[in-house]
Amino acid sequence: MAADKHLSVRIAHRTPNGFALEAGFEAPAGFTMLLGPSGGGKTTILNCIAGFVRPDTGHIAIGPRALFDSDESIDLPSAERQLGYVFQNLALFPHLTVAQNVQYGIVKIPAAERRSRMMAMLESFRIAHLIARKPGEISGGERQRAALARSLVTNPAALLLDEPLTALDHATKSKILDDLRAWNTAHEIPILYVTHSAEEAFALGERVVVLEGGRILAQGMPQLVLTTPRHETIAQVVGFENVFDATVRSTAELQGTMQCQLDGTETQLEVPLGHANPGDRVRIAIRAGDIIIATEQPHNLSARNTFPAQVLSIRREGVRVVVMLKAGAIFEAHLTLAAIEALELEPEKQVWLVIKTYSCNLVAPAAR
Amino acid sequence: MDWSAIFLTLRLALIVCAILLVIGTPIALWLSFTRWRWKFFIESIVALPLVLPPTVLGFYLLVAMGSNSPLGRWYRSFTGHGLAFTFEGLAIASVLYSLPFAVQPMAAAFSQVDRNLINASSILGASRLRTFIRVVLPLSLGGVVTGFVLSFAHTLGEFGVVLMVGGNIPGATRTVSIAIYDHVQALDYAGANRMALLLMAFSFVTLSITYSLNRRVWAVWPMHR
Repeated sequence: MAADKHLSVRIAHRTPNGFALEAGFEAPAGFTMLLGPSGGGKTTILNCIAGFVRPDTGHIAIGPRALFDSDESIDLPSAERQLGYVFQNLALFPHLTVAQNVQYGIVKIPAAERRSRMMAMLESFRIAHLIARKPGEISGGERQRAALARSLVTNPAALLLDEPLTALDHATKSKILDDLRAWNTAHEIPILYVTHSAEEAFALGERVVVLEGGRILAQGMPQLVLTTPRHETIAQVVGFENVFDATVRSTAELQGTMQCQLDGTETQLEVPLGHANPGDRVRIAIRAGDIIIATEQPHNLSARNTFPAQVLSIRREGVRVVVMLKAGAIFEAHLTLAAIEALELEPEKQVWLVIKTYSCNLVAPAAR
Repeated sequence: MDWSAIFLTLRLALIVCAILLVIGTPIALWLSFTRWRWKFFIESIVALPLVLPPTVLGFYLLVAMGSNSPLGRWYRSFTGHGLAFTFEGLAIASVLYSLPFAVQPMAAAFSQVDRNLINASSILGASRLRTFIRVVLPLSLGGVVTGFVLSFAHTLGEFGVVLMVGGNIPGATRTVSIAIYDHVQALDYAGANRMALLLMAFSFVTLSITYSLNRRVWAVWPMHR
């Protein structure tokens, strides 16, 4: 992971309709997830890096090579930035075949080499059989693969992905990402991946940049971002108030579940089966709104996780109430005012926590 | 049948269309992609011939090309004769008169092309010219063909501007529409009818061919946006 491949971005930009964007981050080789709600400025950042939008001020560089610098009046045209960009709508040329699309960015090299490079790329993305087809004649997943192949065949210095996989089903998506990861183990370029899905961001990213309203709220390793001092917006953007590192104790393939023990506690959670074996480390995320509180031990429930806990604090936030509980680990639960009154909750009270298996999200392998 | 008028008209229309392709395409491209705030001025100027009576346009062109005008004097210093009442003058006038018929369909087609396709082309290292030839032009071929045919058909049938700028000189500026007018003035209705029928049939066939081709163009390239 050489430092001279880092994509570094520091930009300020105000759009004609008054939206102000101010962002600074580094993307080393590997996946950096740009996470945030729509309208948060994610695509504008990609467009500034690609040179489609000219920031008011700032500095964009890959290693020592400046793509844009307002102080030094550097503003390379898009065609000279050596970037790959996969658009949200893919932007495959509809009148050209897959082969012509993929060769579009490498016309300057000799025909024989061009063809062999194209075929190698198509094979690594498993679409070599589609070369004569047009984008309108292949499936969504195949179009996605063609768009990735078209960008990567140029050996870009960095890859920009604008929510490219949102339209695909989970299985297709993870197969494509596996192929992209495999490609990048050999090439080690920064991949900036824009998404509004927190699950996607924490499952894929080695680094996460959380963006909202044109500003960066948090950035860093997924675990660090999740555990940064509680920031209302981060929790909303990220969607998970509870994140636990845990160790897999047993798996039940037939039931589709596994038992995980939360770090530093005796508490065990039943979670959906993931790609993990006993002893593996995992990270589990639970939304505060998905945690149920009972004052007596519940019976005859479909929810598989029930365990005793103690109320630590109760804090009212508008119409919702944030309850912190200790059950080995610290849990955050969100309840309504009416529920607090009905349960007569108060600090120190002994209660039961109820969490459905499917409320436990496996977001990533846990940090070692 | 006045064959010299027919050939003159066809020659004029083809030359005008060729010139319009060369100067109309960059104007249409510029109009489609510029973010200049005063762009509407240029749009209005290009569209003026659509609304002006041909006599008004013809009158000012005649004044601009006259022997006393800078343009007329400059042209005379090159060629030894004036610009008004010549085939060249007629061609220049027709280019201006038919400009909106070429530019507007082309500009409409160019601005229909998905901007992401243009951005994708440039991030893949293509120059603006290559992007135009490989992406923009193939995807807006229908508009370009429509612009070509409309300005061709329009030039074929023009009358007012021709009369003002070109006059009625057989073999130089006497086009089919002027010939028809002559026949009517001479009460030769049969002659006028022959020419008029020919012009009508020719225009109809040209437009039919274009529209049918155009439909196939769109059917062959299903747009995925």
